[in-house]
Amino acid sequence: MVRPARIGSWAVPLRTVAFRFVLVYVVVFALSSAAIVGFTYWNTKRALDAGTDQIIQAEITGLSEQYQRFGLAGLTDAVISRSGHGGQSLYLLTDSLKRPIAGNLDRWPDIKARDGDFIEFDYLFGSGAKQERRRARGRVFLLTGGFHLLAARDVHERYQSEQLFTTTLPWSVGLLLILGLVGGVLMSRNLLSRLDSINRTSLEIMAGDLSRRVPVSAAHDEYDTLATNLNSMLDRIAQLMNGLREVTDSVAHDLRSPLNRLRNRLEGISMRLDPETDEGMEIEAAVAETDGLIGTFNALLLIAEAEAGVAREAMTLVDLSSVVEGVAELYGPVAEEKSIALEVSVSEVVQIEANRTLISQALANLVDNAIKYTPPGGRIRIVLREDPRGVLLAVEDTGPGIPDADRKHVLERFVRLESSRNSPGTGLGLSLVAAVVRLHDAVLELSDNAPGLKATLIFPRGFRRASRTKG
Amino acid sequence: MRILVVEDDLEAQRYLVNGLKEAGHIVDDAADGEDGLTLALSRAYDVAIIDRMLPKMDGLRLVEDLREHGNTTPVLFLSALSEVDDRVKGLKAGGDDYLAKPYAFVELMARLDALMRRRQPSAVKTRLVVGDLELDLLTRTATRGDVIIDLQPREFRLLEYLMRHAGQVVTRTMLLESVWEYHFDPQTNVIDVHISRLRAKIDKGFDMPLLHTVRGAGYMIRARA
Repeated sequence: MVRPARIGSWAVPLRTVAFRFVLVYVVVFALSSAAIVGFTYWNTKRALDAGTDQIIQAEITGLSEQYQRFGLAGLTDAVISRSGHGGQSLYLLTDSLKRPIAGNLDRWPDIKARDGDFIEFDYLFGSGAKQERRRARGRVFLLTGGFHLLAARDVHERYQSEQLFTTTLPWSVGLLLILGLVGGVLMSRNLLSRLDSINRTSLEIMAGDLSRRVPVSAAHDEYDTLATNLNSMLDRIAQLMNGLREVTDSVAHDLRSPLNRLRNRLEGISMRLDPETDEGMEIEAAVAETDGLIGTFNALLLIAEAEAGVAREAMTLVDLSSVVEGVAELYGPVAEEKSIALEVSVSEVVQIEANRTLISQALANLVDNAIKYTPPGGRIRIVLREDPRGVLLAVEDTGPGIPDADRKHVLERFVRLESSRNSPGTGLGLSLVAAVVRLHDAVLELSDNAPGLKATLIFPRGFRRASRTKG
Repeated sequence: MRILVVEDDLEAQRYLVNGLKEAGHIVDDAADGEDGLTLALSRAYDVAIIDRMLPKMDGLRLVEDLREHGNTTPVLFLSALSEVDDRVKGLKAGGDDYLAKPYAFVELMARLDALMRRRQPSAVKTRLVVGDLELDLLTRTATRGDVIIDLQPREFRLLEYLMRHAGQVVTRTMLLESVWEYHFDPQTNVIDVHISRLRAKIDKGFDMPLLHTVRGAGYMIRARA
């Protein structure tokens, strides 16, 4: 059986779907935001640079015209005059060794550049204490005669924005991620608390309290739709269960009354007849048949009840070791008569919430079965112990066992193994065991005892039913 | 003995009443819960047999009302309902015994005998005697004549139950319910095996057998053959 699952601790919602969803969403959102901002930045920078480059190009075109028309002296004059205007334009005219001739820059920037290259460089602006390092963008031009001309513009504002942007962007993305994660945790908690109330309710219902319903809030959101749907499904199940209970009761009543009359009549006749005559024997055989019929009917009804969970109401805290001892004591003499050793191995007092009568009957059926199939001289062991899987109650015999292929088959109603058709019994013994096992949320395992059969009931540890109202 | 039968299945009622009358009892009958309660309150009965499901007033309600009136008549519930928790409900409501339909008449008679016997006030017994078989409830020893009989605890309880009902038929189901406290039908004749072991201990080697098998019904311990 699948154990009911529950959403884990609040402290680590990492494994929940909601949190993973939020995590993926936040990462994707942060990356795409960074990409959009980065693209805008890059585009803006490109446009600004293009504007700057255009101006520089115009300067250079103008200056080279001066050079062609008036020679070096004319160019020097033009550079000196333009440098004097101030503003953002920067000029430097040097000889072939890059020694300054004219211009408002002190020295040639330490950047390798070929003729026609656009470069970005730092220069010192102002003088004395007020001197500062600023960024400029310019173009290098090689004049005939080995002279170098640099025409540039101060782009320090743009450069600062760029610096600001590149240092801020990772922080912004980081902040976005952190805020997103915090939001995600809060959101998933909120979602989970709604889910958890649904889960809690379903656990309580699985524990047998069918009267529980999922709380519906006033928000009318999709959770409420889910809750409402679950609740109407539960109403339907409760209705079916009640229906089943009523059918079981009325079938029981409607069949038992005529069976009762039938048995009464047969018994009445048999009392008047001499049991030694043929008629007397026939009637006694008829009574015995009727009793067999009643036995099968009762067993079926009990299975139906156990499967419908009707018997849950009669659950109490039961000491399994006393059940084991009781059943062993009851069957001891029967086993002994067949020269079978019946042993009990109980490690400690083990209490579980159970229906004592049904548990005893299930164990009795297993032991009865074991005695039936174990040849004289064999051995039957009833073992009760706890292990990590839960509380184990096993009946091991040294009989012929059940072939692997047939084990599952055996638990089905009415099924009896071919080789045992002639043994007495209703064939419902193991089916009842299986139904009782389901009623107790336990597991029935049939395994090879090499040789023989080992039937193990595994009850979940700490199996406790919540207090319940009658459904 | 005066017995009240409250049963709405008229054929079952007729059969039950005839059987009880044949056994020498005086029987009153009612077919629904209200009539049943009126009768039960108007007269002293030694025992009442009440069906669990009755028209007008449910068998459980009937017995609850009866007990509220301070009436302590022993009640045997007959029930055609499913058994698992119905027995518990019946006993909780104030019933003294519970028999599921369909039942064997001998089973019913044996239980009625036990119920009526229980009603007679008896001093607290410390010794049970049947013929030359003695059971000392204080020292937990059994002796027959001069011979001390060695009994297992469960055998002691089995013998004690039989001796408390000496002269009465005790059915296998009654033994299973009273001595082992099981309310189910073991598929094998486990009780017979326990009885035969007990018989081997108390009757073997003695001239007069005390523990008798009553054909088609159960067992009885008594001194006379």
